Amino acid sequence: MPQKYRGINMIYNEEFETLPREALEALQLKRLKQVVLRAYHTVGFYKRSFDRVGVKPDDIRSLKDLARLPFTTKQDLRDNYPFGMFAVPMSSIIRLHASSGTTGRPTVVGYTQRDIDTWSELMARCFVAAGVTKTDIIHNAYAYGLFTGGLGIHYGAERLGASVIPISGGNTKRQILILQDFGPTVICCTPSYALNLAEQGRAMGIDMSTLRLRVGIFGAEPWSEEMRREIEKALNIVALNIYGLSEVMGPGVAMECIEGREGMHIFEDHFIVETIDPETGQVLPPGEKGELVFTTLTKEAFPLIRYRTRDISRLLTAPCRCGRTHIRMDRVMGRSDDMLIIRGVNIFPSQIESILLDIEGLEPHYQIIVEREGNLDRMEILIEVSEKIFDRADEVKVLQSLEKRIQHDIKDYLGITADVKLVGPRTLKRTEGKAKRVIDKRHIM
Amino acid sequence: MKVEQLSVFIENRPGGLEEVTRILKDGGINIRTLSLADTSDFGILRLIVNDVDRANQLLKDNGFRVSRTQVVAVEVPDRPGGLHSILEVLARENINVEYLYAFVERRGENAVIIFRFDNLDAAIDTLNRHQFTILKGEKLYSL
Repeated sequence: MPQKYRGINMIYNEEFETLPREALEALQLKRLKQVVLRAYHTVGFYKRSFDRVGVKPDDIRSLKDLARLPFTTKQDLRDNYPFGMFAVPMSSIIRLHASSGTTGRPTVVGYTQRDIDTWSELMARCFVAAGVTKTDIIHNAYAYGLFTGGLGIHYGAERLGASVIPISGGNTKRQILILQDFGPTVICCTPSYALNLAEQGRAMGIDMSTLRLRVGIFGAEPWSEEMRREIEKALNIVALNIYGLSEVMGPGVAMECIEGREGMHIFEDHFIVETIDPETGQVLPPGEKGELVFTTLTKEAFPLIRYRTRDISRLLTAPCRCGRTHIRMDRVMGRSDDMLIIRGVNIFPSQIESILLDIEGLEPHYQIIVEREGNLDRMEILIEVSEKIFDRADEVKVLQSLEKRIQHDIKDYLGITADVKLVGPRTLKRTEGKAKRVIDKRHIM
Repeated sequence: MKVEQLSVFIENRPGGLEEVTRILKDGGINIRTLSLADTSDFGILRLIVNDVDRANQLLKDNGFRVSRTQVVAVEVPDRPGGLHSILEVLARENINVEYLYAFVERRGENAVIIFRFDNLDAAIDTLNRHQFTILKGEKLYSL
């Protein structure tokens, strides 16, 4: 750990973050009963899904009974687009966020004033777990907008009383100028963007290790211990991992503490976490690798019961030296579906496919190649030239404008720049007739 | 008045062109003239051959994207100003050329310019009115 870390051992909400296991579980059970009852009576989806398996809210008598409740999936959220999963009237909702826009339906989440307060507190807990205090200046390079990253971090920083620079994403040169001139001590962004900043700074002839930055809070995409070491060296900071997803709340569901730096504490007074076998749905004992499933205990606007995250990780039950009693989760090791995370943006191959099929004459013979060039992810989409398209035009400019149009549509719908390249027919490998859609060459995990 | 041209989609990689010429060679197809338009990713090879139907079939059977396009072949004397005399007229009549390529006839007296127009019929009409020599397909394929 770099010398700059001064070893402040503080806990934002000491009472709740250090509850003895027994008291914590009693609190969880009390809150679980409340949220199940409320979800059942206010959200049509939950009533139907509980009724289907014949479970009533009264049947939840211990934490073990949670396993009797059905799962909630991303598809369920899509089916109830946009506000069907809300448990309060719109007059009580003060904020809306949504997952990355697609040609399909995004996932919309809502927050009451109390939800925003809870979220702010949990983010403030994250900052304190990272050794951040109100004297710090926080450079927040997560995107502000429908994405929960920017505003989630922002409210937590304000709750703590730190100074926040709401720089959002992009415009790297200006970011580097501000890093030099404003002297932030904390940086929040995706880990790949941190490396990109370091690299661009170097290219501009700036010694990025002499900035005042002391600690970085990185998340929204999978990364490795090797990347952590690289970031820590390049920026001369302590790099910590944060976890969250908009459906469950946003950033601040779990946070690594600076003392332990071994797994992220899940704020168990607000969430119950389970790991399941993604194939069978069976609950796995703690420590075993599986899909994370979250139940929110206190959310008013958008309660989630047993939400399948599709993130693969494992739970760590050993006590942590920081004193927090909350269980920890290992870094996310993969997905149980085909979602790709590219520069912090979640992308499903099916989204790319529906964009392609919207363009007349294109056939769904495509391949997505993801690579890491330097420190930035690059997505290339290879598309076989269809007969229809080539029949229409034997001119270079027509084909090039088709490439541009596809690139533009992907940027528009998914918010990410992809390189689009037309290739000859049958050049993309098909195994047993079925095309391999995604080639991920990053090998992050 | 119109000549059939084959356009072949070619990926920009070593051996991309060679595959096409090998298929044509094995099929006994003679290339009269050709041009290659290229970008960083792909190219379009345009061919005038002695047997359009067979060449088209051979390339398609071998998995290539091929399209047939109608072009116009104009014969001009092979001397300074030959090409210019055509373009001058086309410019005056506001006729847009998509692309063109050329070759010199075997006897060396005339050059043949292959034109691609977006408005083919208007172009042919203009060329005829100005007494340019437009080659028939059959003549060009067997030159």
